[in-house]
Order: sequence, then structure tokens, then C-alpha cells
Amino acid sequence: MSWPARTILLLIALAGLFWFHSARQHRVPRIDAATKNKTLIIGNGSEPATLDLHLANGQPEHHIFTALFEGLVAPTPENADANGPGAAASWEHSPDFVTWTFHLQPRGKWSDGTPVTAGDFAYSYQRELTPELGADYASMLYPLLNAEAFNKGEITDFSKVGVRVLDDHTLQFTLKGPTPYLPSMLKHYSWFPVPRQAIERFGKMADRDTKWTRPGNMVSNGPFQLKEWRFTHSITVERNPHYWDAASVKLNQIVFLPIANSGTEDRAFNAGQIHVTMPGGVPLDKIPVYRAERPELYQQEPVLSTYFYRINTTRKPFDDKRVRKALALAIDRDSLTRNILRAGQKPALGLTPPGCGEGYDTPMPLKFDPAEARRLLAEAGFPNGKGFPKFEILINTMEAHRTIAEAIMAMWEKHLNLPVTVLNQDWSVYLKSTRDLDYTVARAGWVGDYLDPFTFLSIWQKDDGNNNTGWTSARYDSLMAASCQEPDAMKRMAVMRQAEELLLDELPFLPIYWYVVSYMKRPEVKGWMPSLLEHRCYKALDLIPAP
Amino acid sequence: MLRFIFSRVVQGIGVILAVIVITFALLKLSPGGPFNKERAMQPQTLAMLEAYYGLDQPWHVQLWRHIKGYVTFNFPDSIKMPGRGVDEIIAQGFPVSASIAIPALLIALAVGIPLGAIAALKPHSLEDRTSMVLATLGLCMPSLVLGPLIAMIFGMKLRWFNVSGWYDADDWVLPAATLGIIYSAYIARLTRGGLREALAQDFIRTARAKGASERAVVFRHAFKLACLPVLNFLGPTAAGLLTGSFVVETVFQLPGLGQHFISAAVNGDHNLAMATTAFYATLIVGFNLLVDVTQAVLNPKIGFKS
Repeated sequence: MSWPARTILLLIALAGLFWFHSARQHRVPRIDAATKNKTLIIGNGSEPATLDLHLANGQPEHHIFTALFEGLVAPTPENADANGPGAAASWEHSPDFVTWTFHLQPRGKWSDGTPVTAGDFAYSYQRELTPELGADYASMLYPLLNAEAFNKGEITDFSKVGVRVLDDHTLQFTLKGPTPYLPSMLKHYSWFPVPRQAIERFGKMADRDTKWTRPGNMVSNGPFQLKEWRFTHSITVERNPHYWDAASVKLNQIVFLPIANSGTEDRAFNAGQIHVTMPGGVPLDKIPVYRAERPELYQQEPVLSTYFYRINTTRKPFDDKRVRKALALAIDRDSLTRNILRAGQKPALGLTPPGCGEGYDTPMPLKFDPAEARRLLAEAGFPNGKGFPKFEILINTMEAHRTIAEAIMAMWEKHLNLPVTVLNQDWSVYLKSTRDLDYTVARAGWVGDYLDPFTFLSIWQKDDGNNNTGWTSARYDSLMAASCQEPDAMKRMAVMRQAEELLLDELPFLPIYWYVVSYMKRPEVKGWMPSLLEHRCYKALDLIPAP
Repeated sequence: MLRFIFSRVVQGIGVILAVIVITFALLKLSPGGPFNKERAMQPQTLAMLEAYYGLDQPWHVQLWRHIKGYVTFNFPDSIKMPGRGVDEIIAQGFPVSASIAIPALLIALAVGIPLGAIAALKPHSLEDRTSMVLATLGLCMPSLVLGPLIAMIFGMKLRWFNVSGWYDADDWVLPAATLGIIYSAYIARLTRGGLREALAQDFIRTARAKGASERAVVFRHAFKLACLPVLNFLGPTAAGLLTGSFVVETVFQLPGLGQHFISAAVNGDHNLAMATTAFYATLIVGFNLLVDVTQAVLNPKIGFKS
């Protein structure tokens, strides 16, 4: 090829590139078009395993369910943790909090136009408690009288369970004990109604693998209905015209994207593809940057969740509470949250996070006191850590857990002169080790399901499957049992506080910090409220383009 | 030739069966199992679920159920995603992965072969050095680094393509480029080696002595031989690309097949892990057969001898 021909070819190529570049530069970001259509696009962690309320157990499902379905009680537009009217317009309870009567919305309808009845709720609870279904969260319904026995197959007559249909619009619960926090519990999706008409069109009540959750088949009673489910791509919900409060729904659609990787989600947000990212999804290294430079987008809020270390109290010398206390007092939580975690986490000086239940005053006896820690350790027979056996902190493989474990290891080495190492295991191996008590100290976390200290305190009872420390206390168990029988709300809180104080004196675990979640949110999104339980009031959300 | 193909197919079936048995054994040996969760499950629920999925039966019964299911096209449902058949999951992800894989393979060939050829034709020249430095860079660059880099430059800065997602008709470009660049590095090195070796052969000297032009020597004679290592490489590579890449699908948020290989194993979804592995094994065997046949056609020295 001669040089003029080459030059011309090169020029044409360059011009083509320039044209392409300028054409592409002026594309409208996806969210601009979406905002105009009132379509909210949300990063939602991972692909939901199922949209069957009774088979799900994850956070991504939770975020979608609260758009599609509505429980008896729902968040209010002003406060996502409040107990406002949902499928029930009102309710009352007996003075001892044992009998609860709910009056359903007179205009409550499923998305296919059929009325939502008290019978639908009874059907849902029967389905969830049917042993053959194998519902993950069936135990959430155990406050109902005889629910546990029915779920375990000890009784087969559902009419013995504490759910009664008084008429089409009146539902009555009889509980096994006083449960003042029931309304907060009812906002968990395990208490939402499932559509009998859809489930039975595609199978029997307790069939696991049916297609009723697919678009076109699913019927729901929430502010939105399922429009499209593109597997591992997106789930789109659209406004439900039959919803009893359809007039206050402002958005036309919500799109949930299963973006599992925080780096990918971060790029998608910055490129204008999504309005809100998954809570907890901001890449760790970007948190300080965004907090300082983009405060209008960066969101940070406390959630009902505690990070702690379990201690295997069946191993020597960890069966001695002085040793456990020494370990707890030698952790400088303040320095850990301020210098290492740096995302606004709060040092956990007790177990239950602040705000966990009205009228509950979390005891916070823990502090950083290395001198007292050394004294206790010497008293237990290990002056200056002498003779203390080598032990491991077990973590599941993740960089963030390792960083924390190494910091705590350094604190124990420095202040107590203890020989500590960190051992990481793959998630499923780690779970098995924890469950089999095949560890000495193991990292753990616990997320509350409802606003009451019981959600954190119940797991330390003797036969609870989540105790995993080998620690038991007859006095603790009797306090917990008493709290379940105490009809006076204030007295009940006092009993639970006593229980937690006992727990924090015995310390079968070491509280480390209370979680906060970080996420990014565009300013166009209005009405988004913080929530300790990550509840969202989708009907209150709106999209208003920035002027 | 038919006999050759027949014996290869029989061998292939043996390989696939072996893969299924080994995968099954590994899954059974891995700690935990499908229902190992952070929150303890009620013991009666756990027993119910294990019975439902047949996990309480002897190993050989379970294994036989898998194999029988595949042979009769009666695939099991995923354990972790109730109501979704493993065949449905594969059928949904495969087209997406394939529409990334085919352009990626073409990019890899279009970049790798010329780069390797230039290097081979002028050994130890500046061109050779440059292309081999580029190829080494490509080999060293993991897709975990290259993917986000490409997404940042062409997605966020220049805004030529969507930074992630599977929305527009051109969303295959960036992921295919990422994979294509990485594989082009392998292909460039293989082409260079193959071509240099071919050019040193006696028949090339003969061709030159006969007075064939350099172009004819390279393209008509040497290239045919030089292609063999590349072809060999392409079989398993095509199968690997078609079943998707976990990293590229994660970085570009694609609803492909690759993610299920990892998530099924991590989540303990034994049904899905078995199915994806069997599918991958079948593809590899299929492509290797295709490569064998093509090689036999290209190179009379190999022939259809089994």
C-alpha cells in the first residue's frame, strides 16, 4: 500500500473513532431514564434462592418480599422500624399480651383482585409449620400456642395451634406466653401471608419445588407485584393496582439487581446504573473516601447486629470465667473501631445493640482495663500469662475477619502475654467446627430479627442450637423462662436485663462491636428511612429528579 | 474414520463418568453439606430435608440417581434454589456465556495469531521482543485485574459501553475483550513456537529450494503445521470459555454459567455442582473430539488411527 493510501485509511479510522466516541459520550445514564419513569433500581446483593416466603432465609429475599407482600403490621412512611397498619388496619391485645386480635383492611386484596382474608393468614401459618415443607424460619412462629409441637409433628391437628379465624376480616392469635414485642415480629416475612389460590394451582400445600413464584403465576398482597424475574439478571416488580393503599404508592417499578461483588456494584453506582447500593456493600477501602468527599451520597446507619467471639467454655482454662473476663477486658474496642474498622462501628460494651426494644437499657459493663485483666489472669493461675496454653482464634476465611483477629491477637499478646494464633477455615468447615465445639475462640455475628432483646438473649439458653459455646446456666435459663411468662412489659425488660447482666458477668462470648451498614444512595431517592432491622417502606419511596 | 470417532466417543463417555464419580465423591467428602447454615436448623427440619433430597440414602444409590437423571434427561432440581431445575439453570446461563465466548475466541485468534506470526518471522527483532513482552504481560494479568481496568477505562471514563450488566446488544464487548486479550497471549506464544518450528523443517527448505515465494512458504506450507499446537489448545479453551468465567461474570455482572460453578460448590448445592461439572466435562470431551478430527484432516501424519 502506498503512503497516501495508508494516510487516508488512518484518517478514516481516526474519524470513525472520534464519531463513535462523541456518539457514546452523550448517552443518557440508565438511572436518568429510570428516574423519569419512576423506576427505582437497587443493588440487592445476590440472586434470591427463591421467592417462596416460607423457603427463603436471606437478606436479598427479605428486601424483595417487603415490596411484594405485606404482613399484618408494616413500617410507616415516617419510621421504618415503627409498627404501623399493614394488612391489618388495627389490633388489640389482652392486658397480659397473650391474646391478640387483628382487624384486617376492609379493602385488602391480592394482586389478582381476590380479597385478603383471615383464612389466608391461617393457611399460611399452617403451611409454614407443616413439617414436610421444611420451612427455614418456622421457629419464628413458635410464640403461637402449640406451633412448635405442630412443627415437630407432635400434634397433627392444626386447630390446636393458637390461630383462629373469627370471621373473614378478624384473626385471633393465642400465644404461649406474654409477647409484647409481637408487632415487631410480625414485620418479618415469616409472618406474611402466602396466596393459597396460587400455591394450590401449581401443587399441594407443602410442595417445595413448584412454579407458583414465577412471574405470571405469583399473586401477592403488597404495594408491588412481580413483573419479571430474569434469573441472575434482575427482578422487576410493578405497582399492584389492587393494593389497599395503592393511592400512596409513588413508584411505578422497582428493579432489584443481584450484584454480589462490591467493586462491581461500586462501578455500577458511579456509572449511573443504580440508585441505591446494597447495605454493607461499599468497598472497605472506599468508605473513608466517600464519607469525606461524597457525604451527599454516602449513607451510614446502625443495624441490629453484634460482632463477637465465642469461647469454648468446655476447654481448660477457658472454663474459668476469670480467664474469659481477662480476655474481654484486654480488648481495646475503641481503638479497634476507630483505627482499624473505620466505618463508624460502635464498640460493643454489652451484647444487645442499643435501640433493641423499647424500654430496654442495655447493660454495658465491659471496658478496656488491661491492669484488671492481668490481675484476673494472675488470680486464675497465670501471672503475666505464664503457663497459659497456646490457643487459636478461629475465623472464616475473609480479609476483614483476619485483620480484626490479628489486632485482637496483638492486644492479648501485648497486655496479657498470651500465645495466640489465627486459624482460618472455609465457611462450611468453620460452621461445622463451631457447631461441634472444635475450637477455642471463634469469630461470630448475630443479627436480630425483631426489636426485642429476646432475639439476642434466647440463643444462650441450654438447648438452643445457636449457643455453640458449651456454656449453660440454670439461673440464666430460669430468668429467660420468667421473661416469657412476665405479663408486665417493664418488669419483663428488667428480668431480661438481669439475664444479660449475668451473661456479661459469665462471658461465654466476647462482644467486639455493633455493626453499622454503609451504602450509597442517589439524592433523587426520597423517603428512604434508616432502619435497625433493614426494613423498608417501599410505598413511601419516590424519585424526584434533581433540578 | 467412523471407527476412530466411535472409539473416541466411548473413551469420552468413560471420562465423563469418571468426572461424575470423582465430583460426587469430593462433594460427599466436603464438610458441612447443603444445609449447613449459620443459624442452626431445627433437627426435625434437617431430617425432613435430607430425606426429601435423598441425602439419607447410601452413596451408590445417590450417585446412581444422578447418572440415571442425566441419561434419561430427567434432571434434578437445585437444592438451594427450590423449584428451579439444574437443566433450567444451565439452559439460562449457557447462551449468555456462549455469546461472550465466541467473540472472545475470535478476538484471541485475531490478535494472537498475527502477533505470534510476526514474532516468529522476525526472531529476536524489535517486533518479536515487543509482541512477546505483550504476550507475557497478557499471561501474567489475571482477569480479576484486567476486567475492572477495562471496565473503568471503557465503561466509566470513555463511557463507550455499559460498565457492567446485560442490558444492551453490545454488552458482550468489554467482557469478550477481557477474555480475548488474555487468551490471545497464550495463542501468540503458541503460534510463535509452532511457526518457528515449522519453518525449520526440511520440507520448508525444499519448498524454498523449489523457488516458492516466501508468502507461499509461510502461508501454504508452514502455517498448516504451525496451527497444530494452537488447535490443540483451542479444544479445552473453547469448552472453558463456553461454560463462562466466574471472574468476568462477576466483574461485568453477567447472567452467565460460570458463577454457578463456584456458588454451587460454596453453597453446598450438590445437585447443581454435579450438573455443571458433568456439562463442562461433556463439552471438553466434545471439543477434544472435534480437535482430533480436525488435526487428522490437517495433518496426514496423524491420521485416523485410534
